[in-house]
Amino acid sequence: MSKLGTLGARLHRGEIGYDFVGKRFIWYGLSILITITAILGLSVRGLNMGIEFEGGAVFTIEKTSVSVSQAEKYAEEASGHDAIVQTLGKDGLRIQVATIDTAAADKVSAKLATDLGIPEKDITGELVGPSWGDQVANKAWQGLVIFMFLVVIYLAIAFEWRMAVAALVALIHDITITVGIYALVGFEVTPGTVIGLLTILGYSLYDTVVVFDSLKEQTKDITKQTRWTYSEIADRSINGTLVRSINTTVVALLPVAGLLFIGGGVLGAGMLNDISLSLFVGLAAGAYSSIFIATPLVADLKEREPQMKALKKRVLAKRAQAGQDDAPTATVSDEQPYDDEDEDAAPAVVGPRNQPASRNRGRGRPSGKRR
Amino acid sequence: MAAPKKGRSASSQSKPGRSLALILIAIVALTGGMFLSGHTTPRLGIDLAGGTSITLTAKNEPGQPNAINKTNMDTAVDIMNRRVNGLGVSEAEVQTQGSDNIIVNIPKGTNSKQAREQVGTTAKLYFRPVLALEVQGVAATASPTPSASTSGSPSPSASETGDKATSTSSGSPSPSASATSQGRPVTDALKADATPTPSGSSSATTSASPSATPTADAATAALQAKYTALDCTKKAVRAVTGDGVKPSEPTVACGKNSQGQWQKFILGPSEVDGTEVEKAQAVFDTQGAAGWQVTMDFTSKGSKQFGEVTGRLAQNQAPQNEFGIVLDGEVVSNPYVSTAITGGSAQISGSFTQTDAQDLANMLSYGALPLTFAESSVSTVSPALGDEQLEAGLIAGAIGLALVVVYLVVYYRGLSAVAIASLLVSAVLTYVIMSLLGPGIGFALNLPAVCGAIVAIGITADSFIVFFERIRDEIREGRSLRPAVERGWPRARRTILVSDFVSFLAAAVLFIVTVGKVQGFAFTLGLTTLLDVVVVFFFTKPLMTILARKKFFAEGHSWSGLDPQRLGAKPPLRRTRRASAPVDMKEA
Repeated sequence: MSKLGTLGARLHRGEIGYDFVGKRFIWYGLSILITITAILGLSVRGLNMGIEFEGGAVFTIEKTSVSVSQAEKYAEEASGHDAIVQTLGKDGLRIQVATIDTAAADKVSAKLATDLGIPEKDITGELVGPSWGDQVANKAWQGLVIFMFLVVIYLAIAFEWRMAVAALVALIHDITITVGIYALVGFEVTPGTVIGLLTILGYSLYDTVVVFDSLKEQTKDITKQTRWTYSEIADRSINGTLVRSINTTVVALLPVAGLLFIGGGVLGAGMLNDISLSLFVGLAAGAYSSIFIATPLVADLKEREPQMKALKKRVLAKRAQAGQDDAPTATVSDEQPYDDEDEDAAPAVVGPRNQPASRNRGRGRPSGKRR
Repeated sequence: MAAPKKGRSASSQSKPGRSLALILIAIVALTGGMFLSGHTTPRLGIDLAGGTSITLTAKNEPGQPNAINKTNMDTAVDIMNRRVNGLGVSEAEVQTQGSDNIIVNIPKGTNSKQAREQVGTTAKLYFRPVLALEVQGVAATASPTPSASTSGSPSPSASETGDKATSTSSGSPSPSASATSQGRPVTDALKADATPTPSGSSSATTSASPSATPTADAATAALQAKYTALDCTKKAVRAVTGDGVKPSEPTVACGKNSQGQWQKFILGPSEVDGTEVEKAQAVFDTQGAAGWQVTMDFTSKGSKQFGEVTGRLAQNQAPQNEFGIVLDGEVVSNPYVSTAITGGSAQISGSFTQTDAQDLANMLSYGALPLTFAESSVSTVSPALGDEQLEAGLIAGAIGLALVVVYLVVYYRGLSAVAIASLLVSAVLTYVIMSLLGPGIGFALNLPAVCGAIVAIGITADSFIVFFERIRDEIREGRSLRPAVERGWPRARRTILVSDFVSFLAAAVLFIVTVGKVQGFAFTLGLTTLLDVVVVFFFTKPLMTILARKKFFAEGHSWSGLDPQRLGAKPPLRRTRRASAPVDMKEA
């Protein structure tokens, strides 16, 4: 913990850090690769849509001594359609019959009850007409689009349009990855999955917003100084909030992991499992994208601004003048030269808490050690 | 770090206590309210409690593109409510969802099949002539109505089918009661509209009563037996009386009179279909002294039929000059007719209250409701599975909470006490509010909502982490705890607000747009996000301010989670230099 704390401190001060922005193309490439794989998986394999979307019936039986194959036979006899039977928990069964309508499902349920020798009220049945699944899915898409629209407007107002665009890209990225994984692995898509997917919306953005908030704060007076380019400050923001990002992600994932464990381990297939699975995948993707995709993307967009271009020029010119190596990628070794310039640098560099004087003092020793 | 800034902390001295007191009072008040209301647990949804949940989707009928609107949906919900509650189902609930769905939740232990049959069919409203009626129930004798004298005992009149029916009905146990019932038709006098527009087709063919033809003796006897056995004061009996009755056949039915007593009827075949009612509304008679009335407008076909039936009924004697307005097998009103009403519009007057009149008008309109529904999904959950799912959800929540707590304790040490206390406050608030929302707005905790609550543990804890990391950053800058808390807060606050707003936005959009289970989830997520903001502002921050004064935290005890040394803080420059030594030693 003390190590972690020190790590946090050093990340905070920018003594150490990973060059997220500089190496962004590696991560862009990786993400594009994953996205293409996801899209390919989606178009080739397609999604395994559950009964709730396709229409049909799912019967769940808590306790029965009937074997899976026997139950399958019963179900197919009763319905005249193919049936999928899975075991559930210790001695429960889950019987899926596709493409029967709600009226026919009643008879199947009654028939099954007599065949299996259990009272009909002990059969849990989920009967879904095909149009209902469409409706659920359509409404979910509709919600998704409206949400994206609103959130882009909100972020554009609260931050700026570049951040909004980057956040949106990251969001689409997360959803594509999650959906792609579902297509590739062949998990069944149920309303629970959709719920999980939609929750990712808010959650993936939570992380992104935390980083953006720090970025916004640190770049407030960026044009008044000549020490760092926008990209470098963006990098510092990510590194500075890294501990926070890791912590929030871990804490968010822990309850979901609990759900997944219980949902998958104890209950077998079901709503809990579906929600937590898509949440787990989506949250992980969300944490990744807010650090590796969203912020570098903002930096990229920002660097195209004439003001930022000019700033970069000034910064580079100054560094060249100072006769230091100006490789902008090595943040760790870069730190030292800036410290030497602290005295004449503009005071409002990285927000009010990084006062030049204290920076210099605090940094002097460890850097000296390094030399 | 022993360099407190007296001024700043002094100013905020009284504030944190007040906020804490405020939220504690709120918790106590809400909890008290919960116990007072008697709803100490959240209402459980069908998937956790067991039962049947039916989703019905309105179908657009050709030629009526705008039929699916809020008014029609609300009306449909009203009817369905009447139907399922007519089944003797307690706590069945019917609600709209989205623009064209109706969800019917029927708790366990009910005949779900019957409920499904009842609910799915469109409302059926018929005008049937009354052949016999009789008041039942204790209230009948307790309060004889003054108008009982207006007509004598039920006189067997010349109507074909009614003949037998009434003669036996007078032989039934309470002939005096049946006399009392005559009060209703008097007050429910159906008068010809003041401004009739006589249609040319109003030829009163009195003799052409369709009821005359199909009356086989056996059928009549069966009906008679049914009528004698009918006990309208029993809910279960009432529920089944209207079942499976064809409109073209005579039937028995129940209904309430204006005194709220149950009366039973023998009704002739349907003369006018409820769909022929074009419009019905409650109006207040400003000119006459009739008070509240219900006016009906018929379609052209309806007005012709209505003209015929009223012309015929007007010649009969009570009670056979009445017709029953039958909605889903129950007589909602039985006005009498004095003259043929041929104008296509009629009004029913009587001693209506405003609500009575509006209710009747609504019911009359039901018959004209153009919506038909299809079952979109039916899910039946056995109580055992419901219990298991609830249990699994609770275990998952406990595990999730435990993991988060362990992580917080390991990482934040003493500071985690603040986070855990805040999580507890948040949990209590969520539980209490969910319990109160059950009876309040019909909120039912279903499995997705449980998931939402579990996921919310993470979101809530995230807010604390944002705050704590800010404080730690400030400490790393070399500040002592108290200023660190005060400086870190405004920034953490902004981050928390922005990100919670995004979460809330997601929840709100999902809640408004989506249907089904997604909605329950969105609701919980939105609720917990709001509570998160409340807890962070009114509990976590004040608590932190207070704890910052405690020696344990302020001096950065190694178990406090705020040890500047462990955090790798820089020596404070402009203040005391005491702390700089250990840091330097460590780094060197």
